[in-house]
Amino acid sequence: MAGPMNGRARGMKPKVKNPMKIFKRLTAYVFQYYKFHYLAVIALIFVSVLANVKGTLFMKNLIDDYITPFLMTETPDFTPLANAIRRVAVFYGVGIVSTYAYNRIMVNVTQGTLRSLRDDLFAHMERLPVKYFDTHAHGDIMSVYTNDIDTLRQMISQSIPQVINSGITIISVFVSMLILSIPLTLVTLAMVAVMILSSRAAAGRSGKYFLEQQKNLGAVNGYIEEMMNGQKVVKVFCHEEENKKAFKELNNRLFVSADQANTFANFLGPINAQLGNISYVVCAIVGGVLALNHVGGFTLGALASFLTFNKSFSMPINQVSQQLNAVVMAMAGAQRVFGLLDEQVEQDDGYVTLVNVTEADGKLKESEARTGRWAWKHTHQADGSVDYVEVRGDVVFNGVDFGYDDDKIVLHDVKLYAEPGQKIAFVGSTGAGKTTITNLINRFYDIQDGKIRYDGININKIKKADLRRSLGIVLQDTHLFTGTVRENIRFGKLNATDEEVTEAAKLANADGFIRRLPNGYDTMLTGDGANLSQGQRQLLAIARAAVADPPVLILDEATSSIDTRTERIVQDGMDKLMNKRTTFVIAHRLSTVRNSDCIMVLEQGRIIERGTHEQLIEEKGRYYQLYTGNSISA
Amino acid sequence: MIRTLLREVKEYKKASVATPLFMILEVLMEMMIPFLMASIIDDGVNAGDLRHIYEVGGIMVAAASIGLLAGMAGGRYGAKASAGFAKNLRETMFNHIQTFSFANIDKYSTAGLVTRLTTDVTNVQNAYQMTLRMFTRAPASLLCAMIMAFRINRKLSNVYLAAVLILGVVLMLIMSNATKYFQQAFPKYDDMNASVQENVSAIRVVKAYVREEQETVKFRKASENIYQIFMKAECKLVYNAPLMQFTVYACILLISWIGAKMIVASSLTTGELMSLLAYCMNILMSLMMLSMVFVMISMSMASVRRISEVLNECSDIRNPDEPVMEVTDGSIEFRHVDFAYRKDSESPVLKDVNLAIRPGEMIGIIGGTGSAKTSLVNLLSRLYDVTGGEVLVGGRNVKEYDMETLRNQVSVVLQNNVLFSGSILDNLRWGSREATEEECMEACRQACADEFIRRFPKGYETHIEQGGSNVSGGQRQRLCIARALLKKPKVLILDDSTSAVDTATDARIRQAFREEIPDTTKLIIAQRIASVMEADRIIVMEDGRVDGFGTHEELLRENDIYREVYESQTRGGGDFDEKAGD
Repeated sequence: MAGPMNGRARGMKPKVKNPMKIFKRLTAYVFQYYKFHYLAVIALIFVSVLANVKGTLFMKNLIDDYITPFLMTETPDFTPLANAIRRVAVFYGVGIVSTYAYNRIMVNVTQGTLRSLRDDLFAHMERLPVKYFDTHAHGDIMSVYTNDIDTLRQMISQSIPQVINSGITIISVFVSMLILSIPLTLVTLAMVAVMILSSRAAAGRSGKYFLEQQKNLGAVNGYIEEMMNGQKVVKVFCHEEENKKAFKELNNRLFVSADQANTFANFLGPINAQLGNISYVVCAIVGGVLALNHVGGFTLGALASFLTFNKSFSMPINQVSQQLNAVVMAMAGAQRVFGLLDEQVEQDDGYVTLVNVTEADGKLKESEARTGRWAWKHTHQADGSVDYVEVRGDVVFNGVDFGYDDDKIVLHDVKLYAEPGQKIAFVGSTGAGKTTITNLINRFYDIQDGKIRYDGININKIKKADLRRSLGIVLQDTHLFTGTVRENIRFGKLNATDEEVTEAAKLANADGFIRRLPNGYDTMLTGDGANLSQGQRQLLAIARAAVADPPVLILDEATSSIDTRTERIVQDGMDKLMNKRTTFVIAHRLSTVRNSDCIMVLEQGRIIERGTHEQLIEEKGRYYQLYTGNSISA
Repeated sequence: MIRTLLREVKEYKKASVATPLFMILEVLMEMMIPFLMASIIDDGVNAGDLRHIYEVGGIMVAAASIGLLAGMAGGRYGAKASAGFAKNLRETMFNHIQTFSFANIDKYSTAGLVTRLTTDVTNVQNAYQMTLRMFTRAPASLLCAMIMAFRINRKLSNVYLAAVLILGVVLMLIMSNATKYFQQAFPKYDDMNASVQENVSAIRVVKAYVREEQETVKFRKASENIYQIFMKAECKLVYNAPLMQFTVYACILLISWIGAKMIVASSLTTGELMSLLAYCMNILMSLMMLSMVFVMISMSMASVRRISEVLNECSDIRNPDEPVMEVTDGSIEFRHVDFAYRKDSESPVLKDVNLAIRPGEMIGIIGGTGSAKTSLVNLLSRLYDVTGGEVLVGGRNVKEYDMETLRNQVSVVLQNNVLFSGSILDNLRWGSREATEEECMEACRQACADEFIRRFPKGYETHIEQGGSNVSGGQRQRLCIARALLKKPKVLILDDSTSAVDTATDARIRQAFREEIPDTTKLIIAQRIASVMEADRIIVMEDGRVDGFGTHEELLRENDIYREVYESQTRGGGDFDEKAGD
């Protein structure tokens, strides 16, 4: 429970270690489902770009082959021009259709990939061990599904096709430019070099300030979050003016870096656009001179085409540089997505399963139907013979050592045994290891040393799912799920009938308040049951455990203060649930402790006293101190 | 709504005006280029005039350079204006929230306020910059290009006019259609997030009941819903690019065909045709840009609305005109007090409460959840105002006091109390800015906090994490009590503030109160009967009414509720106190 929280520093972008590797993996992931889609997209982009280039080249023909000759003749014949325009129109048409087609396919690829990524993430997450959730900030896990997936969407849907498009455009335009005029191509290249250099300089400066802005933004957000959470305390202590002053300082710092970062980022636009214009102008002058002197057969029409190419050449370079930032962000996002997907899932080598049985002639027989009697089906690996052991709720800990980290043992040499139907209470101060013990029985965590046996079977041999199915659990913090009250209770047993649900609710004393809800058992619960009171939520959790009807129960009594009367109702429900079941209870209430068959007093990971209430009072040890309230703080 | 926000531009007005001006200058320079181009071709190349080419070329380079400088200046001022606007917005909002009363705070969730101060402000900042830069650049560029095109050739330019109109209408249709679906997508997103959140925080429940597969199936549905709705939205947007291409291509072909004929008829020159084609790209690109800006701005409107909501929220509790600056003693009186959290509420939380408490008394308050114990004490320091009757402290209506004076003299330890990041001493000094270290230690001794603070390696300099997450619940509560004691108040209110402290320590704290601050009136709300039993008098609250008020013995004799609670807690239903240590 007390694992370290390695929260990601707010707002800081983590360094991507190996972007190429991640990019490859992402591409492989997309290809896995959409190989043909992607190939089609590349082909279509190629067609679309070619159609565009072909159209631009037409400009040269228009002027050189049609307009200039027209000027020479008295009665020009427009038919060849009309035919030429028709031909170009066909090219354009093909280009437009392929543009639509590849965009449309990309929607499928993008959304489909995101959906399978989300589904894979979730399915994988569900299989991760509890430790993962204990050691990662929940906000960080959440943001993988939202922020990180979102950056990937941008990248898959826009950046990748953009880069492909730009790449093909740059190559084909470059070739066309070379064909039209080599000197002008060199002029264009030189200008592009200037453009790239100056925008890189601006982007570099901007990037530096962006990091600073992120840092300051993190500080401002952190301060806001803290103060908004404590706003009522701020009021009570009249601390408003101090807060304003502190906030102003942080806010001003953020302004300075945001101003700088945005300024340099804003420079990119004009630099690219206007240097592009200058490149265009220089080409126009040089080209004009060339055309005037007819150097190497350079014509006016060629100049017109070339100038259009000049624009088409600098544009994709701008676009790629704009996408660069998105790609870097997406790589960081992808790294976190794959990071989650690479987490080791829960290992399960168990082979003993839980089955329903009937008894005939003193022998247990497996049964498909729910009989109310359960047995462990133990298939011996050596000879394949099958044994059935009835589930009775006999739990034994023998010399158990455990630590959340291997080098920090928190439970030492724990020995305990619970006979079927017994109630075992754990008491001791916070951090003594009570919750930890219950985490071990259902194998949320695995022990480092010693053995835990369940009806005589080492729990490592039992399939985790079956082991957990046999153990009911009511946690200290009640968690409910979005859905109706009925669905929440049925969480305990999926195929429970409506009658069984009502029956369980009655046992848990929940039936009364449920009937008073606006829609009774069909009332929708949202936001972890926010519309219910603390006590009502606990009653539902008890009902949920009751409908599962497990032979062994783990109870973590709530410490939060609910009023005495509700508490009595909850207590009564719990008592009924514990009836005739082996129960491990982390106890806070006097009555629970007193009624236990055996009390374990824990301190610093060791069981220091054990016995019944009377025995322990007699001993006048730690339990006696706790019980009488005369304890001296340890 | 927008005007409320724009008021915060303040000292960045100059930058806000300069930005669009520079953007327009950049556009003007840009637009000269294709125009001059025509001159190079017609008067230079076709006329064989080399000097003309150089001259006009020089002008063009100069124009592009001025454009570059103007563009950079626009970028500079745009950044300053928007970052400054965001700064002012955040500060004004934060300061405004500081004036909020409890009732105002209750209206917004903490997360809601945080989002408004962070994400929403960033959205507005981006939209503002977009408006200043692109929203002037795109229309200006569109307009200039149109004018230039018309100056070159009126007849041919009509082709553009038609194209712009058609493209504009179709773009609007597509965008509005798509935004409709995008808006539907947001709730679906929330559903999915809720599903993830639930599974992350309740993973123990999921695993304990072996429901991994069922939950995965549930998630798949939520994920599928998002897929469907985004497919619909994106499939609409897909028409944008080909539509744009179609218009550009159609224009080029039309202009070529008509232009060729016009050149032959000598009503157009080759150079003019080329610059017309250059403007074609400009016009349609600006239009595309404009439609994108529209979408972005309309998306930020939600943020604008949420921010202005906060800014327009008026605090309903204000200082009186001539405030009383001193609270004479700790006597308390409730006279026919009615109270409701919402003024239009039909069922008030407190109904005709009458109480008189002498200075220095220790009063216990007990009652079930929802019996309005907290509401009762919150009226004392004017965290909320009564809806009827009056509350008197020190013989005066609380509304007559200066609020800071009142809150310093009536010290509340709230139920959901928080500590702030900083050292323990920093936190204690919230109670009194000038408190010496000795005073702080004294308060901690009274609150039984000194003992555990001394066991920390760094003692009073120990750093407390945000929200006090690195100390236990009981320790946090004791620190909060010490902090409240440092105010040296006339009235001290503990709202269930020792629930996580063990009974023995709880008793010692009360003992200290009795001995060290005998003149301070003490009100103690508790669930544990032991915490209130030995108070001078006890108030039993039930359903917004005072059901009983008297000593332990009196109530045990006369009050049914009290007797019931007492019996159930002492007959073995009480707490087994395991929190003796820390």
